[in-house]
Amino acid sequence: MTPLAAFLIVAALVFAIGLAISLTRRNAILVLIGIELMLNAANLNLIAFWRFGPHTSGHSDGLTGMMFAIFSIAVAAAEAAVGLGLVIAYHRHAKTTDLDAMTRMKG
Amino acid sequence: MIFGFSIAFLLTAALTVAGALAAALLKNLVHCALSLTVTFAGLALLYLQLGAQFAGFAQILVYIGAVAILVVFAILLTRGAGVPEYRGFSTSWLLGLVIAAATFALLGWAVIKSLPAKVVASAAPAATVQSIGAALMSSYVLPLEIVALLLTVALIGAVIVAMPESRIPKSGADAGGGQ
Repeated sequence: MTPLAAFLIVAALVFAIGLAISLTRRNAILVLIGIELMLNAANLNLIAFWRFGPHTSGHSDGLTGMMFAIFSIAVAAAEAAVGLGLVIAYHRHAKTTDLDAMTRMKG
Repeated sequence: MIFGFSIAFLLTAALTVAGALAAALLKNLVHCALSLTVTFAGLALLYLQLGAQFAGFAQILVYIGAVAILVVFAILLTRGAGVPEYRGFSTSWLLGLVIAAATFALLGWAVIKSLPAKVVASAAPAATVQSIGAALMSSYVLPLEIVALLLTVALIGAVIVAMPESRIPKSGADAGGGQ
């Protein structure tokens, strides 16, 4: 197994665990944690392809995959802030973070 | 070297996956957040092994320094008084588990299937912090500005969403209409 395939398998495992967390847990914060894990797995894929991919094309400066990963980290941070803010706002109204009990969004 | 992998890679990969599994299975939410931090640290170590120093340290700063703290704060802020009766998994957990396992099987099959016949040892691309900074300020300056705008808007929006509604100033027309 090549090193690239090993990193991709690890990323696939983390992605699958994040998906399982998002689909099976009942707490809204844990669902956000699962989404963060999936985003991190995608970042690991980007960095692994950046490291082991070809860098011989003329116009590329050899930084494209790294830049993708850095911008992805920034967008994931924004997503976490908004998601957790929404959970806190919902908890203020309904006093719950249980997804089965979240049935209405009107305050 | 075990199975052609370095010990460091195997250890960090096992740490990453174990942290993610603990986040999936533990009952206590704070324990879940702490094992999530372990996963973030393992991923940062994997980035460092891949030669992506800047991404690795950005991962540590952003995820361990900010996102994990934010998650812990959210857990503590939304925890009710006393010990809540806590049912950890949804009623359709088996279906979710099957979907996740199928996703992993598909991804793993695709990775194994597309293995190249021979290992091409490519040189590590040079990515010093200096070159990254120069690229961010020259060819990637427009995406950088857009991300900066997105972060500003997202953080202001998160504060407004999470703020108690009584402290949001009403506009004059709304206050007049209410009387």
